Order: sequence, then C-alpha cells, then structure tokens
Amino acid sequence: MSTMTDPPKADFRLSMLINDTRYRSLTFQVIAAIVIALSIWYLGNNLIQNLRAAGLNISYSFLGDPSGYDINQRLVEYDSQSSHGRAAVVGILNTLLVAFLACITATVFGVIAGVLRLSNNWLVSKLMAVYVEIFRNIPVLIWIIIIFTIMTAVLPGPRAFRGDNATSSMLFDAFAFTNRGVYIPRPVFANGLFGATILNWLMVIVVLIGSWFASREIEKRATLKQEATGERPKTFLVKLAVWLVPFALLMLIMGLTWDIPALKGFNFSGGIKVGGPLIALWFALSIYTGAFIAENVRAGIQAISKGQTEAAAALGLRPGRIMNLVVLPQALRVIIPPLISQYLNITKNSSLAIAVGYADITATLGGITLNQTGRAIECVLLLMLFYLTASLLISMGMNIYNASVKLKER
Amino acid sequence: MSDQTTNPIAFVAEGTIPPSPPPANEVGVVKWLRENLFSGVTNTILTVLSLVLIYILLKNTLPWILNGVWNANSLAECREILDGKTGACFAVLTERWPQLIYGFKYPAEAYWRPNLAFVLMLVALAPVLFFDLPRKMLLFTAVYPFVAFWLIWGGTILVPLVALVGFIAAGAVFQKLGNNSFAAGFFGAIVTALVIWNVGGALIPEDASENAWLIAVPSRDLGGFMLNMMLGVTCVSLSVPLGIALALGRQSNMPLIKWVCVIFIEFIRGVPLITLLFVASVMLAYFFPPDSTVDLFLRVVIMITMFSAAYIAEVIRGGLAALPRGQYEAADSLGLDYPQAMRLIILPQALKISIPGIVNVAVGLFKDTTLVSVISMFDLVGMIRGPILASTEWNGVYWELLGFAALLFFVVCYGISQYSQWLERRLATDHR
Repeated sequence: MSTMTDPPKADFRLSMLINDTRYRSLTFQVIAAIVIALSIWYLGNNLIQNLRAAGLNISYSFLGDPSGYDINQRLVEYDSQSSHGRAAVVGILNTLLVAFLACITATVFGVIAGVLRLSNNWLVSKLMAVYVEIFRNIPVLIWIIIIFTIMTAVLPGPRAFRGDNATSSMLFDAFAFTNRGVYIPRPVFANGLFGATILNWLMVIVVLIGSWFASREIEKRATLKQEATGERPKTFLVKLAVWLVPFALLMLIMGLTWDIPALKGFNFSGGIKVGGPLIALWFALSIYTGAFIAENVRAGIQAISKGQTEAAAALGLRPGRIMNLVVLPQALRVIIPPLISQYLNITKNSSLAIAVGYADITATLGGITLNQTGRAIECVLLLMLFYLTASLLISMGMNIYNASVKLKER
Repeated sequence: MSDQTTNPIAFVAEGTIPPSPPPANEVGVVKWLRENLFSGVTNTILTVLSLVLIYILLKNTLPWILNGVWNANSLAECREILDGKTGACFAVLTERWPQLIYGFKYPAEAYWRPNLAFVLMLVALAPVLFFDLPRKMLLFTAVYPFVAFWLIWGGTILVPLVALVGFIAAGAVFQKLGNNSFAAGFFGAIVTALVIWNVGGALIPEDASENAWLIAVPSRDLGGFMLNMMLGVTCVSLSVPLGIALALGRQSNMPLIKWVCVIFIEFIRGVPLITLLFVASVMLAYFFPPDSTVDLFLRVVIMITMFSAAYIAEVIRGGLAALPRGQYEAADSLGLDYPQAMRLIILPQALKISIPGIVNVAVGLFKDTTLVSVISMFDLVGMIRGPILASTEWNGVYWELLGFAALLFFVVCYGISQYSQWLERRLATDHR
C-alpha cells in the first residue's frame, strides 16, 4: 500500500543560492572572485595613475646600466662600471654565502647546546638554558649590531700590529683580527694543473667527492661482510687513508702554498680578508638561530621514549653509542622539519645585512640600486622573487632529505 | 648448645633501634654535588670548564657594572669620574632616558599621555590575560584602542569617537541579524560600519585638531621603545583574527578561497620582513589613491600585520589539524552550521592547542619590530644607532646602550613566554 511520490521538482529559487549547500559554496566563491577582482582592479588602477603622475613606467632596463658604486665583499669580478644586474648577482652570491656559513655553524651550536641542555650535570644544563633564553629573547638585529660593534670598535686597528712594541700580535703568525676585517691565510696552487684557479678548486672538489664515494663503498662492503660472517672488519684506518692520501697527493702535485697576510703600509695585504660585516652577520645569525635549533634538538631527543635508551643500555651499549646509534637517528625525524624552517629563517634574516653594510642582495638591489635608480617597484619585486625562489628551493631540498629519514611504516 | 642452657635470658628487643643517619656523602649538599656535578670524569671536567667560564664572564663584567657612573653629561665627563678605572657609563641612560623611551620628537610636556596609555593597556590586557578577573572589564578592553589612539596621537576626540560609534553600530547589527544567519549579520555589520565612518568622517570639521584639548602629534614624531610596543601590540592583536580567517580559508572546501589563502600565506612566509617593510616604505604608497596620504606608521602596521597573520594562520592550521575528526563530526551531528560549529566547538579547542605557537609568533614579531629602524623609523634600536651614538656627547658608549636595549627586550619577551607557559598549565584540561 505504498504510494510512490515523484521526487520534488527541481525548481530553482533565488534563496537556494545561500541556503542550499549545493549552491552555497558556489555563491560564496563568485562573491569572493568579484571582491578580489575589484580590489586588484582598484589597486592596479591606483598604481597606474600614481605612476603616470610621477612620470614613471615599469621597466627593467636599469639592470643593464652601469651601477657606479663599489662593493668590497664580492665573490665574482665586479667594479663600479659593472651593471646593476651584476651588482644584484654579487648580492645574491653574498646572501647565499652568509646563509650557507650560518646554517652550518648554527647547526653545530644548536646540536651542542641542545644535547648539553639535557646533560646530567646541573651546572652545564643551567648554563645552556641561560644561553638559549638569552639569545632567543633578544632581537637578532641587536645581536648583529653588538657583534659588528665588537668587530669595528673593539678590535685593534692595523696600526696596533706595527713596530717593536706592538700592542697586538697575529694569532699563530697567520691570522690577524683587526677592525678592518679578519685576515686569514689563502691557499695558493704554485703549479696548478689548469690555468684558472676555479678549475683547480673544482679538481679538489672532484677528488673529495671521489673519496666520499670510495669510503661509502668500503662501509657497504663491511656491512655485507658483517651480515655474512657476523664479524665487522675494522674500516677506520682504511677510510682515513681513502680520505687523506688522494687529497695529500693532489695538494703535492698542485704545489700547495699559503699566502699569509702581512702588514704592508697602512694595512694588511695578502691572504683572504673576511670583512667585519660578514663576520657580524654570520656569527650573530649562528648564535641566535643556534638557540632555536638547540630547543628543537632537545625536543627531538626528549620525544624518544626512555625505553629506547634503557633497551640499548640493557644490550650493553655505552652512552655515546646509545646517543649515536639509537637516540639521534630516531630524534632526527622530529628534528628535521623544524630545522628546515630554521634554515629558511637564517636565509631570510640574512637580509638584515643592510643594517651593517654587508653587500647582500637586500643591500645592493634593495638598497643602493633602489636609491640610485628610484625603481622601487621593480627592485622590491625582484628582491621578493629571489627570496621566494630561495625559500622554495631550500624547503624542497630539505623535504627530500626529510622523506629519506622518515619512519618507514606500512 | 651449652650457652643456650646456661644463659636462660634470651635477648628480646624492647623497642625499635632508631635509624642511624645516612653516611655524610649520601645526604644534603654533598650528595647533591656528587650526583649533579661530579658523578664521573667527564662530568667533573664539564663542571670545572663551566666554572671557569662563569668566572671569566663575571670577572670581566662585574667591575664594569658595579663601577658604573650614573650621573654625567657626556662620555668625557664619565671618563673623568672613572679616572682610569674600568666602569660603565650608565649616565647615558639617565640623560637620554626620554629619547630612548619616547623618541626625540615627541613633545616632552605630553609624556604623560603615552605613560597613561601604557598603564591603561595593562588594565585592558588584564581581563584578556587572566580570565579569573570579572568579565565586565572586557568592556574597557573594547574601548581601550580608541582611548589609546586619542591619548598617543592627540588631536580631536571626534575621530576615535566616530570609529567607536561605527564599531558599536556594527556590533548591534551583527547581534540582530547574526542570530538568524551569520552571513547576513557579518555583511550587514560591515556595511553599517562603512556608512557610519564615511558619514561621520565627513561631519568632522577640517580644523578640529588644531585647537583640540590634546595637541596632535604626527606619527613621524613617535619613536623609541614606545614605537616598538605600539607596533608589537597593534600588529599582534590585529593579526590574530586575520590569521584565524586565513587558517579557516586554507582549510575550506571552496577551491578559489583556499587557493587565495594558500598563495597569500606562502608568499608572505617566503619573503623576509625587511622586503615587506620596503614595500611599506617605498611601494605601498603607489597603491593608494593618488590624492591620499597614508602615513608611514599605518603602512608599516599593515605590512607587519599581514606578515604575522600568515605565520599565525599556519600555527592555527596546525591546531585545527590536531583536533580529532570526531569533534567536527559531533558538531555536524548536532546540526550546527559552519559558523556555529567553528565558534562553539572547533576554534576554542584549536586555539587552545595553538597558544604556544601563537605566543612564539608574538614574541618573534615583537623582536622584529626593531627592523623598522632599517627603513629609518626611530624605534629603540634606531634611536641608539642614529641620534644618540652620533651625538658628540655620547659617541662611543656602545655597550651601555646596546645592553640596555637587549635587557629591555629580554625582560618583555621572557615575561611573555613565561606567561604562555602559565597559561598552558592553566588551560590543561586533560587529566594526566
């Protein structure tokens, strides 16, 4: 006795646009699209009008014009006759240099402080807690300025190294810490295999990579043998030889000598000059970010359950090996993701270079070039584009690594 | 054998023997020292190294601090008083105190206004931070932004008044329409507020500010630590609601809204704050209507708010993701619509999870307010690097000034982080 009723006619009423879940999201998106389009039109319209009023137009041709300013910290050839575009490239390389250096040292500081903060030693753990709290709670800009002040106002001038009763002396007769920068010895290849220095350095890198592959192969063999016979051959000396012998041979063939800085005239010459701004930025970013990394490391280690440590101890492993073989490999999974963001932070914070006059991309393209040419929009857009690309590349690279260490589950 | 028979009296203990005290090296300070500082060779070495480090630090800083000179008019005078001894010249702090705190252009006779605003801020923040206080105090919190604006910038009281009226009317409209449909209430409130602001803005006479009770102070005259505080407080409080909206947008089912939010967040997070400040200082003016002049403070607030909102959005997204799916389903099964479910069930829990992250962002943001010194605004760091160190009297007093700035930031940031830890313990409703 059931009566079949027709399904209700799908007659469309206007109120369904807001009350019917089938249409509601569409309605909202259309409204949002209209609002977005209107605001873009409004902003774009303002921009065009303002530019016209100022007699400007968007053009990137200024990048080819001669820059007319000098940069004293540079990795590639550059002088004041080079173009603004080349100045930007110098800036990019400088940014990458300081970010790379700071990432390495910050990781070292962070891991040491993070592990020590969990130490049984009350004094050490408290000291590390103080380090972390002090550096995390004071702006990195202040740290950069403080270290820059040490570099420029506290270190002695080159003049202090002169004469018989010099007030300062060089460390190991090779390193000079002056207020104009730190001078360190520079390796020189007396009879290089190739004409260009860069090719010689490339050769060194190739040899090092070869050693790395060889030592990995040795490790693999050892593991295979261990799995087959239960005995692990001692590989340390072999590996050491694989690393050292080819390198030493190469150095011998290429005739490595050191160009040691020496006081000539009013200043040091020779060697590599590491400028005060670079050191200030590098060191400040390292200790500041190191404090954050220390907390990540601590959190990662504490995330590993105590049972793991106890099980390893029950198997007879010593504390150092427990840390290296059991705790750290597992903690890495917790540590790596926040570490990626810390590396990104270092890269982004390196833009503070502009405060101490280190010629990174923000200081060249976003500072002097912008002020000289008045091309605010183009410069700022290029700057953002660079940082966006760098951020995406770093996070992509680190995510690949992250995927390789993550827990393999079903 | 014979002993037992010849000695009839067996030994019977008649009371408990009092416990003997533990060996001296198992109690008190000695035990603590043995266990925590000298439990092994490595540990002992570490302890000794730490002690040496602490000794070196104290040896070099203590005389400097204790010998400090607090009253002098210039560095030369300081050196005269010290007479060759090591000692700090804290006199710069006492002499330049107003500049460090208020900047060098804020009228001296008006210092009481930011001071009062600061005290009122503590009162306004109290019910937000400590929710045991009477809820009625939140009314003052709602009025506070307008009071503070009027106190700090001065000028006519009509401007904040019109703004306040606009907000009250919008609130009333939202109450009325929002009961029925959230969207209607939301859009109705926005329209009401816009109408009132435009009409009210037109009604304010042009010269109202000129003979107002509080003299008007332009934004470019603000400076010192006051500027850091103002930027920090304003931007954090504005960026939390914006961050919530962005986080919800990123979780939305609507592809257009989702992608707008994703692009916004990723773009802002991918660039350093300095470039955004460049945008504020050299580029943003191009996007406003040609005849309008939007002052630098407002432009900086806009950019910093966008910056921190993107970070807060990611933190809140984490909180939303951490909620068990059952909570969403429970809200659906109760028949709540989206705004109700979010307001009553999801967001309160998600925000509770996100508190540590939000506080982290807030602390980071407060520290980052020092970056405005790069675009030549004279905040605390800008004052130190600019006018004070460049002056002939105080050229060379680096440590005292930078140490003071560091201390000030440390106190505030450490205070905030301690508060957030207290809040976490307080809000912990799961019983462990």
